[in-house]
Amino acid sequence: MSDSKLKEATRQYAIRLGDDALVLGHRLSEWCSNGPFLEEDLALTNVALDFIGRARMFYSYAAELAADGSTEDTYAYTRDCREFSNLLIHELPRGDFAFSMARQYLVDVYNLAYMEALRTSADGTLAAIADKAVKESRYHLRRSHDWMLRLGDGTDESRQRLQRAVDELWGYTPELFASDALEQGLADAGIGVDAATLRAAWEQAVSATLAEATLQQPAGDWEVSGGRRGLHTESLGHMLSELQFMQRAYPGLQW
Amino acid sequence: MKTEFTQAELEQLEARFQARIDAEEKIEPKDWMPAGYRKNLVRQISQHAHSEVIGMQPEGNWITRAPSLHRKCVLLAKVQDEGGHGLYLYSATETLGVSREELIEALHEGVAKYASIFNYPALTWADIGAIGWLVDGAAIVNQVSLQRTSYGPYARGMVRICKEESFHQRQGYHIMMTLARGTAEQKAMAQDALDRFWWPSLMMFGPHDAESAHSAQSMKWKIKRQTNDELRQKYVDQSVRQAEVIGLTIPDPALKWNEARGHYDFGEIDWDEFNRVINGNGMCNRQRVAHHIKAHEDGAWVRDAIAAYESKKSRRAGAAAAQGEMSCQTI
Ligand SMILES: [Fe+2]
Ligand SMILES: [Fe+2]
Ligand SMILES: [Fe+2]
Repeated sequence: MSDSKLKEATRQYAIRLGDDALVLGHRLSEWCSNGPFLEEDLALTNVALDFIGRARMFYSYAAELAADGSTEDTYAYTRDCREFSNLLIHELPRGDFAFSMARQYLVDVYNLAYMEALRTSADGTLAAIADKAVKESRYHLRRSHDWMLRLGDGTDESRQRLQRAVDELWGYTPELFASDALEQGLADAGIGVDAATLRAAWEQAVSATLAEATLQQPAGDWEVSGGRRGLHTESLGHMLSELQFMQRAYPGLQW
Repeated sequence: MKTEFTQAELEQLEARFQARIDAEEKIEPKDWMPAGYRKNLVRQISQHAHSEVIGMQPEGNWITRAPSLHRKCVLLAKVQDEGGHGLYLYSATETLGVSREELIEALHEGVAKYASIFNYPALTWADIGAIGWLVDGAAIVNQVSLQRTSYGPYARGMVRICKEESFHQRQGYHIMMTLARGTAEQKAMAQDALDRFWWPSLMMFGPHDAESAHSAQSMKWKIKRQTNDELRQKYVDQSVRQAEVIGLTIPDPALKWNEARGHYDFGEIDWDEFNRVINGNGMCNRQRVAHHIKAHEDGAWVRDAIAAYESKKSRRAGAAAAQGEMSCQTI
């Protein structure tokens, strides 16, 4: 890849990772004042803040690379569904507490490994963002792993809810390990992560946790993907209409 | 601790208690205190705790719609702080022998109160500015005074909480300032928020001293250090200047500097509205409590799961320990 092509690919990549973080952070933020008890409410808010903070770093870097006057908010607030490139699992509505925790666990295992890999990126900015993210993700994973055990090995109801959640989420997990030409090119250049290389370890860790939590591993007989190409579930449009309400009602103003 | 006292003993204890209060000593959880003091404190701290927690709702209502990522993070962190204040205050009531569960039950039954201002809806982004500036501003005036309250855990809690509240107020004021310096539409939005939140923020200090049911006794016990009217005056004085700086108009035609008093004179609060809202007729009273009940009920299975998991875990640990003992014996 030429330098300018590489730069543009890196920008796109930063937007993708920013989208993942923002969309998940948004779903987590919906728990604020809705948690099962106050301490958990605050902990979820903490995690939401980490992801939104992560999105801001990736977007700011994308804006810096673009050098066209755009800012983190340009990416968050002025793009529609088809331009959002997050992996689908992040956008699914928050569901019940079991659903949110199961999703969190599945993506925390993934994120920790992903960010550990990105930490060695040849791109210094991405490596620095990943370095911060690794520390956060360790804490996130400790939390969500605990919740998997507590809910899985708690009451009949909590196990049923968690099992249903894992079943509903499972088909969105293969997408985590797919990559396209852009990501492949960046991985070859030592800038991006080849997510496929993370798959075996992810599967092993998740299987072990499912077993410990007395849950069944889903059959894996369905899968949905499309996020990186801007193909989304219908829920994303509603999320964006809320997230972007102010920019849509009052375009271009500073707040 | 002895709990049954003769009348004479009780009078002696009360006199000694009052002497400690008069000497500005802090009362600590294990100290003897009159039943009325404890009850009064529980009522006030519970109301304060519930206010922090219910107050998460009107602001939480804007987290998903905040106009920039920076504002979103600041708001999330703020709402999180308020929840933390709630936790801190619930644990202060626990030092007085009342559990969080009991307090939440009282809230759900409509017995326990919270600050009535949270029964007003947060309709526009400017309301988030107004709430930070005015509601946190009023709370600070009250809480700075409470840093000197006679109950130790409450006083110490206030010191910690006040630091965060002043940060909240600055953030809210900054939102208002940004709007006031923005387009005409933004300025109008800020003015509208001020118009709607000004009077309710004055009501946060409660009835006039003469009408306040608990005021005199609370002052004597130094649970409260300044009266409702004194605190309200202090709040008005500071807010007038802050409004002037950003060019917004406080919606009170009677507002005027009084050279002789060294304070601003201001108009009379609409006490009918105050009573109407307190008695359940505000825009959001039912919604706020219903929201809290729903979150609590939706979370019941989660709390049950934790309890079940913990008891399984300790049973397993117990079994493992027993087995360990046996194997030690065999060795
Ligand atoms: Fe607070
Ligand atoms: Fe407060
Ligand atoms: Fe506050």
